[in-house]
Amino acid sequence: MSSLYQIEYERKELPKKYFQIGLLFLCLGIIGIAAGYFFDSHRTAFNNIILLTFFISISVASLFLVAIEYVAGAVWSTPFRRISEFYSGFVLFLPVLLIPLLFNLGNVFHWMHPEVVEADKILKGKAPYLNVDFFMIRVSAFILLWFVFYFFIYKNSKKQDVTHDQYLTTKNIRLSAVFIPIFAITISFTSFDWLMSLEPHWFSTIFGVYYFSGSILAALAIVTFTAVWLNENGYLVNGLKKDHYYSLGALMFAFTNFWAYIAFSQFLLIWYANLPEETFWFLDRWEGNWIFITIGLMFIRFIIPYFGLLSQPSKMDPKRLKVISLWILIAHFYDLYWLAMPNLNKKEFLFSWIEISFILVTIGLLIVGFFKLSGKNNLVAIGDPKLKRGIDFRL
Amino acid sequence: MSEKILYSYTGIFNSPDEIIHAAEKAVEKGYKKYDVHTPYPLHGMNSVMNLPPSKLGYIALIVGLSGALAALLTMFWISAIDYPIVIGGKPLFSFPAYVPIMFEVTVLSASIATVLAMLFFFFKLPNNAHPLNGTEYMQKVASDKYGISIQCDEKLFEEKSVIEFLKSVHAKDITPIYYDNEEINYKHKIFEPKFILFLVIAGLISSSVTYFTLNKLMFMPPFTWMMDQSRLDVQSSSVIFSDGYGMRNPVEGSIARGSLPYQFQGQPELAGEKLINPLPSTKNVLELGLKKFDIYCSPCHGFYGEGNSRLQGHFPNPPSLHSDKVRNWPDGRIFHVITDGQNIMSSHASQLNVDERWAVVNYVRVLQRAFNAKESDLQ
Repeated sequence: MSSLYQIEYERKELPKKYFQIGLLFLCLGIIGIAAGYFFDSHRTAFNNIILLTFFISISVASLFLVAIEYVAGAVWSTPFRRISEFYSGFVLFLPVLLIPLLFNLGNVFHWMHPEVVEADKILKGKAPYLNVDFFMIRVSAFILLWFVFYFFIYKNSKKQDVTHDQYLTTKNIRLSAVFIPIFAITISFTSFDWLMSLEPHWFSTIFGVYYFSGSILAALAIVTFTAVWLNENGYLVNGLKKDHYYSLGALMFAFTNFWAYIAFSQFLLIWYANLPEETFWFLDRWEGNWIFITIGLMFIRFIIPYFGLLSQPSKMDPKRLKVISLWILIAHFYDLYWLAMPNLNKKEFLFSWIEISFILVTIGLLIVGFFKLSGKNNLVAIGDPKLKRGIDFRL
Repeated sequence: MSEKILYSYTGIFNSPDEIIHAAEKAVEKGYKKYDVHTPYPLHGMNSVMNLPPSKLGYIALIVGLSGALAALLTMFWISAIDYPIVIGGKPLFSFPAYVPIMFEVTVLSASIATVLAMLFFFFKLPNNAHPLNGTEYMQKVASDKYGISIQCDEKLFEEKSVIEFLKSVHAKDITPIYYDNEEINYKHKIFEPKFILFLVIAGLISSSVTYFTLNKLMFMPPFTWMMDQSRLDVQSSSVIFSDGYGMRNPVEGSIARGSLPYQFQGQPELAGEKLINPLPSTKNVLELGLKKFDIYCSPCHGFYGEGNSRLQGHFPNPPSLHSDKVRNWPDGRIFHVITDGQNIMSSHASQLNVDERWAVVNYVRVLQRAFNAKESDLQ
């Protein structure tokens, strides 16, 4: 007897038309990016960093959500855990997003030029960490690590669909427990490498936590949106209830607050100490018309989602939850734009067809990637021993 | 002895599933006045019983927001209005510094208000009389059983049908609950002798602890270390530096921020000739001059500059400021005396800044004119 219960589940085909829309967006965006590299490779490379860090956020943080579920023994998220697993599969696309950047690294990181480093005392001091060889080692090692954990956790989870073997859960718990500290370290250094080193003179020890909080929020948002959408259209077993929606909404609410807490902590210390070597980073984002983007960030990233998720009914209403989760996803993209782009252009923010084509690629890749990764696989981890309890979950 | 009145019929269940089922049936049957008692909160009970969402959240929201606003206004008033001090070169009203305080006050006030509102508003705390109190039924549901109680003021209440209903959902120990009208309506007096004794003892303990802390504990060793530090006391020489001064002189040639070196050191006549009084004799300036004169000059010169000091011979009296000599001095000459000192009078440059010195000069001029008033001044 493989299991005490049998879940009724039939894999339904996802609607093809969304895939076609996604493909269209992706193709248009790729043409735009190719043209961008042809006309203005400098600016396109900066945008590419936003794209890359966005998908690192989604994929690695989704894997983190999966790992947290295993380690904590959570049952409520089991009915839609497979969705997080699909999104963590985006690590497969990271090398593709990375390749165009590799040819333009000198454009974005001025610490990569030996003559600049030679003339700069501070960069010289940071050279043992910030040098091209070590950078490449870190980037490839991190992607490899994420891929390895994704591969094994996902493999075990998929195998369980067929075998209903409970020991696979134990295996995944062990893998997850190892992955979580690795995630903490890799995500911090990723943020230092890709985002903070755009301005190599600046430093903030909380920066890794800042990127972490935003990443978790983005992963939660995309998982929430997909889970709610699939559930409303009947792709998930028996359906998620208000209780699941409420828990997802509460987690997003908590991480919205956490992001604001971290972002403000970073700002407050720099503002209070008022040291020129730290404040210039914020001043870059406060001068010219960047001030509108910065003030917008407070509203888009914190105040609007905060009040959108504050009340109990808003966390239970699938319609509002979908709107808010999409909003948070956009806000994460906006946040990354705010982190990266002022290093390219001070005083004045840029937004035109290059940025738009990157947005198209982001949307297209999210849709196409989800379709490709879900493929013929089950959308629900039907072999998981926690699934029954997860479906019956009540607040 | 008053008679026993029927309050409700109760039934006991052994598992949470049974009680949820029973509540569902009670709702189906149309009962309105019933209650469910469980040893711990049961998930899903709210929705089964169709309970409206709690209003407690609104109290937390309103009190939390007013807490944030109160913190903001308090900080604003303290640091920008009542006691404005520039800290770290920041503006007097610097919002980021207030955010942590606003956050803490929001959390504190919202949580306290929530607890208090829950206890006194929703639970009606001082009222502790309830027919179910002290019954066997309550003892059971408070430990490991789950109970339902259907009240007799229920519209559909009929002893037989209720008993039947309870039987139909497989309740055990179906018992009626009676209460004593007198006991329920008995109003407890607040100030009973026991309570007054408690208040007295609590007051005594807290005031004696406060007294001990402030008057004794603060003068015991680890707390006295702050007073024993090597510092410069007034009217004594310093133990820190061998020359007896408490502070070091500025490096030669350095100039303090916002001050100009005095150019006419030891050249009174030149000062009188070259220095020009920059301040007009306005009301503000004269008031400042009066204040500073009364503080720094009047101990020796007297309140009106007549040279009648309050020092009663411990220190030689200065000459009057109303002599022809002083009256004919230019303003700069008087300024020089204040700045540089003269004869036994020492320099007052460290007590009075430049503007204050000129204000004092203006005030001395007013005194001089008042002492030599002409007929025409009175008109």
